Order: sequence, then C-alpha cells, then structure tokens
Amino acid sequence: MADPMRIRAQAAGGKATVRVLMSHEMESGQRKDAAGKTVPAWFIQEVTANLNGKQVLAAEWGPAVSKNPFMQFTIKGAKAGDKVAVTWKDNKGDTRTDEATVS
Amino acid sequence: MKTVFPLSIAAAMALALTPAAAQKTASQGIDEYRAMLADGNPAELFEAKGEDLWKKARGPKNASLEKCDLGKGPGVVKGAFVELPRFFADTQRVQDLESRLVSCMETLQGFNSAEISKTPFGRGEMANVTAMATWISAESKGLKFNLSQTHTQEKTFYEVGKRLFFQRGGSHDFSCASCHGEEGKRIRLQDLPVLTKNPGDGLGFAAWPAYRVSNGQMWSMQLRLNDCYRQQRFPYPGFGSDATIALSTYLGVNAKGAASIAPAIKR
Repeated sequence: MADPMRIRAQAAGGKATVRVLMSHEMESGQRKDAAGKTVPAWFIQEVTANLNGKQVLAAEWGPAVSKNPFMQFTIKGAKAGDKVAVTWKDNKGDTRTDEATVS
Repeated sequence: MKTVFPLSIAAAMALALTPAAAQKTASQGIDEYRAMLADGNPAELFEAKGEDLWKKARGPKNASLEKCDLGKGPGVVKGAFVELPRFFADTQRVQDLESRLVSCMETLQGFNSAEISKTPFGRGEMANVTAMATWISAESKGLKFNLSQTHTQEKTFYEVGKRLFFQRGGSHDFSCASCHGEEGKRIRLQDLPVLTKNPGDGLGFAAWPAYRVSNGQMWSMQLRLNDCYRQQRFPYPGFGSDATIALSTYLGVNAKGAASIAPAIKR
C-alpha cells in the first residue's frame, strides 16, 4: 500500500488553491542499479481530482515527473467545506486516493 | 560618421548595462528556487511517516515510542530537538537525536541497536529512524537552539568536537574548518555557513534534517556529517559514534539562539 498524500486546499476570492504532495518513487526506467541492470520504470500515469465527487482535473503523467511529486492547481467556485479528492494510478496498477476539506 | 559613433557606443553601453543590472547573483537564484520548492517540501511526507512510527506499537516487545525520553521527560517531543545532543543519565552518555531514538527502540521496543546502527542510510529501520527524526525536528520548528553545557561530559564533548572540527587529515589534508571556518566559502554554488559561531537562523546545524531534491532523499544530521567526511576523503564515521555526537555538540552549542527551520529543503 502506498504512503498517504498530503493535500491542502484553501479558498480565497471565489476559488480554491489545492496543493498536493504525493509519495512515489517515480522511477524513470532509464537508471541502472549497482549490478548494471535496468531499474524497471515505475511512475504515476493518471492523476484525477474531484470536487464533491465531480471530476475537475484529469492528467496523464510520464516518467519525467520528479520523485515525491508536488502538484498545485486552482478550482473555480470551490468554497470552504467542499471536499477535494485526488487519485493517482501508477503503471503497476497501484492506486491511491486521499481527500481533504477546503478551508 | 562622427555623429554615428557616439550613438552606437551609447547603444552598446545601454545593452551592456541593462542585463547586468537585472542579473541576480547565483546564490539569489538558488534562494528563489528554494523558496519555490519550500511550498511543497516532500519532507512533510517523512514527517507524517515518522509521527506514525513513533505512535505505532512495533518491534519484538510490540510497544510504541511514546514513553521515550528525549531529554524533556518521557514522551515530550516539542522542544526536544533544539536541546540535543545532551547527557542522558540512563545511558550514561551524551546522545544526539538519532542515537537516542535507537536506544529507545532497543529499551522500549526490543530492537537490536547495534544492528540498526550498521544498516545503511535509507534502508530498513535506519530509514524509520530518519523519518522519526524528521518529525521530531519539525515539532521544534521556529524554536531557538539552546544546548545544555552543565554536565562534565557535555563540556568534554564540546571540546572534543571543536578539536575534530579543526583536525586536518585525509588525502586532501582537509578539516571541517577548511570549508566552514571563514566567510564567503562555497562548494559549487552552495554558500557554506561558518560553523565556528552562530551562523544565523536556519543555517548549518539548524537546517538538518533536510530533503534533498537532487536525489529525492531525506538526510538526517548523522548522514550530513557522514557525507562531509566522505567529501573530505576521511573514513566513514560510525553511526551514532562519539565523534559524530561530539561534532554535533560543538555545532549545536555554537548555534545557540539560532532558530531551527528543520526539516529544510536543499537543492
């Protein structure tokens, strides 16, 4: 099971800024280990965000995104008390969803 | 031709001056980059992991670390980081945060401390020690360093640390003081703090543990010292060894009054 994400969402001026920190190795598949063997690629491929259950963001990621990635976006019309859920799915099929309340 | 000449010189001067005036120094550029990263410091992920580990019942004795005494009484975490290393009566030695955590893991949870100390950084239980150190340091964020120097052992460790700091050796005839002994030194583009005095808030001893963006690793103070010795081409000091704790005591006492920003973020 993957480690939890850290999600912060703050409303200001009719929109909410969401900051997400994900815990993931994001192995590019380009590196070799000490024995000279290629380290298999292992990275987040799909990221989605929902506001109160309605999808507001969908992204396709690749191996160029850094380890333990940070993502920030704004949602128009989101207000304090709304629920923001972020989901990622990696190329091994592992997935994780975390939720935060807009403050 | 005569009228054109001064004009072109003026134009050339304007061209040469404008970018120079707008240009930032390399360290200002790095500071900006750090400020951008600080908003999403992945050290937070390690903090969360460390807090869970501290509270979770683990090890052969299936106990949590909530009774661990970090110097301010059993279970007191807040403010402990800025007073370490210090002398502990139960172990009869001066300990830093990480060596203290390892002895708590042995006495409370039944782990083998010698085995943990031999584990490479970032692996197994050693990774857990680093995560807990990250969380414990975060609980003292903004507090000022104030190490005790009352016990004889604490004074001895400070003196030994000072000697180690100035001790030259290795193939490059280096000491800690070669890089950290005077103002204006740097390694590549990284400005180096002067560690023979208080280097200021959030610099030197007050900046570790820190997350290193370039390799995506969480670095504790023990690993920081270990790598400083590697760069000096010294043999690796043992984890939690008297030498590393003496150096930490020297740096910590010198940093008296500096506010901790740990866990920080580094290039």
